[in-house]
Amino acid sequence: MANPTYNLIASQVVGSGGASSITFSSIPATYTDLKVVASCRDTRAVVSNTLTIAFNTGGTYSSKLLEGSGSAASSSNDTTGAVADINSASATANTFSNTEIYIPNYTSSNAKSFSADSVSETNGTTVYSSLIAGLWSGTGAITTIKLTPAVSASFVQYSTFYLYGINNS
Amino acid sequence: MASAATYTPIQTQTVSGSTTNTIIFSSIPQTYTDLVLIASTLSTVASYSHIQVGNGSVDTGSNYSATILYGNGSTAGSIRRTNQPNFDVIYSTGDSATATAIVHFMNYSNSTTYKTMLARGNYTSSDVEVDVNTWRSTSPINIITLTQGSGYLIAGSTFTLYGILAA
Repeated sequence: MANPTYNLIASQVVGSGGASSITFSSIPATYTDLKVVASCRDTRAVVSNTLTIAFNTGGTYSSKLLEGSGSAASSSNDTTGAVADINSASATANTFSNTEIYIPNYTSSNAKSFSADSVSETNGTTVYSSLIAGLWSGTGAITTIKLTPAVSASFVQYSTFYLYGINNS
Repeated sequence: MASAATYTPIQTQTVSGSTTNTIIFSSIPQTYTDLVLIASTLSTVASYSHIQVGNGSVDTGSNYSATILYGNGSTAGSIRRTNQPNFDVIYSTGDSATATAIVHFMNYSNSTTYKTMLARGNYTSSDVEVDVNTWRSTSPINIITLTQGSGYLIAGSTFTLYGILAA
């Protein structure tokens, strides 16, 4: 019988000073898949911001987005590495968006496909939930993951980011 | 409090060669609460993998149904499928864009309820989708097959089945 393999690789909890980005580096190549779980909010002076992901350096991103705003559903293409809509400074106080990003076969020599699900419920009029199918063109093993607000801002205190490794044997 | 982590790999199948169009998980242990299938696929032509489940042998009858929510980059939509002979949630786009699908089989081992499968499909050359599927049978699931609608899977495609234990 194989052993349970849903293992925490690293975690980052944002302190009182905020953080302009979150980086997981030196990711071991010993797992099959990776999963990022984020609960975050940023300082942009509007209701929401886009959370973007970057793997290693270089490469291009292509994604299909499916998004619900509470009043309409829409779909669009993206090339920025968008993975979520996150709550910003004008969103209901103390509400944090939640995001899961799944990256299978992150050490393969193929381009890397990833899946992202996100919700940003705030009890407000307009909130977003999104499903994203993404592809990064890089063919090297993913060793670094960087998460950044698309429009410059800082993640606020108590934002949390967890990186898990999942092994298939 | 659960006594231990419960995300346990049951079996992985990695495609080799150029003539594979069917993946079979059989004799699935009945000791978990849920199953999760992670598929990372490339194929020779664009095609869904048709999923069938069963107990002992797969059910080929018209006992599957689904509600699908999708976005293709310009349009968001939803469709219903009823009385189907399988369900389609893993789509390979027939190009260099690796497709990823995550399928949750809820309470797969019980013998009293119909079975529900929740699936996320990620096909950057085609669409992103979320599906809910029902298999109208109270039989526990101990076999899952995936059959390409056309063409073949490309070497390196992987399918891993995990068991999730609630306690």
